[in-house]
Amino acid sequence: MPTKTFIEAIREAMREEMARDETVIVLGEDVGRKGGVFLATDGLWDEFGPDRVIDTPLTESMIVGASIGAAVNGLRPIPEIQFADFIFPAFNQLLSEAARLRYRSNNAFGCPMTVRAPFGGGVHGALYHSQSVEAFFAHIPGLKIVVPSTPHDAKGLLRTAVRDDDPVLFFEHKKLYRSVRGDVPDGEYTVPFGKAQVTRPGSQLTVLAYGLMAHYALEAADRVAADDISVEVVDVRSLRPLDKETILGSVRKTGKALVVYEDNRFGGYGAELCATIAEEAFDYLDGPVMRVAGPDVPGVPYNHVLEDWFMVNPDKIEAAIRSLAAY
Amino acid sequence: MAVSDRATGGVSHIGQDLGLTDDDLREMYRLVALARGVDERMWVLNRAGRIPFVISGQGHEGAQVGVTWALERGKDWIAPFYRSIATCLTFGMSARDMMTAQYATAGDPSSGGRQMPGHYGHPDHNLLSVSSPVATQILHAVGIALAAKIRRTGQVAATFMGEGSSNQGDVHEGLNFAAVHKLPFILVVENNGYAISVPTSAQLATENVADRAPAYGIPGIVVDGADVLACYAAAREAVERARRGEGPTLIEAKVGRLTAHSSDDQQTKYRSEEELAALRAADPLPRFREQLRAAGVLDDAAEADISARIKAEVDDATTYAEGEREPDPRTATRWVFAEDWPGERPPRDWAEETGQYDRLAGDGSEAAD
Repeated sequence: MPTKTFIEAIREAMREEMARDETVIVLGEDVGRKGGVFLATDGLWDEFGPDRVIDTPLTESMIVGASIGAAVNGLRPIPEIQFADFIFPAFNQLLSEAARLRYRSNNAFGCPMTVRAPFGGGVHGALYHSQSVEAFFAHIPGLKIVVPSTPHDAKGLLRTAVRDDDPVLFFEHKKLYRSVRGDVPDGEYTVPFGKAQVTRPGSQLTVLAYGLMAHYALEAADRVAADDISVEVVDVRSLRPLDKETILGSVRKTGKALVVYEDNRFGGYGAELCATIAEEAFDYLDGPVMRVAGPDVPGVPYNHVLEDWFMVNPDKIEAAIRSLAAY
Repeated sequence: MAVSDRATGGVSHIGQDLGLTDDDLREMYRLVALARGVDERMWVLNRAGRIPFVISGQGHEGAQVGVTWALERGKDWIAPFYRSIATCLTFGMSARDMMTAQYATAGDPSSGGRQMPGHYGHPDHNLLSVSSPVATQILHAVGIALAAKIRRTGQVAATFMGEGSSNQGDVHEGLNFAAVHKLPFILVVENNGYAISVPTSAQLATENVADRAPAYGIPGIVVDGADVLACYAAAREAVERARRGEGPTLIEAKVGRLTAHSSDDQQTKYRSEEELAALRAADPLPRFREQLRAAGVLDDAAEADISARIKAEVDDATTYAEGEREPDPRTATRWVFAEDWPGERPPRDWAEETGQYDRLAGDGSEAAD
């Protein structure tokens, strides 16, 4: 099986979906001739032309809003927000329009659109090129949110997103783009929404994570295995719809849950996972549901010492695992 | 949209240059009057306590019918706004469709009773669903136009909004993009002089919204919104430009808002009686009527016939909507997505768990299919 980087898998998914379906278009800032600031759309402009790979002005609300209209009139747009930090001018279009169009029209209109946005820290991006934004959007009924952590899932989930009839937010951790390489099968496979993945089986404790944190969780689990702490790692990957069955199944088996997310701790997406476990697996718990998350400061600071202070890393996860395992 | 057969109908001097037959003109007049009839009935029902909220299009009907008539029904697209009663009627919705929206019934085609009145939409007529945040719809119409250009469908997309909405950032982003790509798009600003209570003098430093158009490299046309045929002429030219691939047009129709902003607004707090009286003198409905009578297109018999038909239609729509079922609360979790909460259970239904359905108004007969 060929191995590819995370960003190669994303690029391939878009290229193959555009070749398969002529209604798929890409639009965003610098996505055309330059191929995107991370080169996620590199080569698409040459292959599919400026009609289907559109360099837009710096107008995030328009990028999303026009994608909604294009979707209503028969296209399947893949708008790119250059950095997730810059998605907020489009928040109204996502919350008030994309997420509500089907519900408010009683299924008269839908919005098949996949908004791609690189997110996450640890890349010297500072306050405005590091943010995790999934919590804002996972709160909104009507949006589907996926966060892949492997090239395999990135390609399979992006295919599913493009073919979905509802708006999908596809968040790509930018630190994974070139640092992660993995098996990507040839052929037209998809990864369904609403399915979490047990990436490491274990018996004493469950760690739930997604994105870059899914890798750090595995690393921490490896380290504590030397001390006979058996950790099961679940890559949540589909934040909404959420695979409660796999998550609760794992926690009911191990009796302990640690939720890891890179975003600010307070009110983060992981808080919803904690609440779900507390409500639906309480009788199985042998310890408190715990969290490792980013500190509650308004952004990831730039200086490398400060950034290291902010970021959740395998050390912090390992410490939390040991503390929870001791219960 | 001139659908009538010219071989059997007359062509007056006022319609000739515009390619409008007398039948077209009478139908346009009927639509202006029908929109007014529906609108006036809404207020009566509101005062009578039958419907809780009204947002009105009175005074805007002439501009809406004139502009909308230039677009092709069933082919072109419109992203309307909350005053677009005449636009929606002209583009294919019926008086029953409009009235079920006022009552928010199960069969209301705009939203099945989910949205406030005024949030119209109909997929069969290419009328996109309206939301409440203003001006967001310009980007949808621009996107529809983008898809039309990419798919080479020959469609034109238009959006309508008030001058208050025209100050939103989405308008700038949308006009700029549509102009850059020469999209088949028309922005229609129905300038009624007020954003609820704030007059244009506190909204614009220029005299007209259309004055902004040259900055986007597109034509900006100011037209008397009470002159139905002038609105039609401006829109026809914009549609032709759009279909020729020459890009968007901004049409600003100066209209008067004959009612308060909504049934929850007391406009005498910020508008004088003299101002309101002057507005009524510039009402597009009697003005169009007199214009057609003077041109010999409308006579007493034709006018009486149209009035009778409108009264019957509005009565029928009211009775129909009064008799429609309420939406079933058991359907309230449907259509969050195309399929039922894929891979996830629907949201927890407290009404079910606490036996509230016995108390809720729905008759429970609309089982989820």
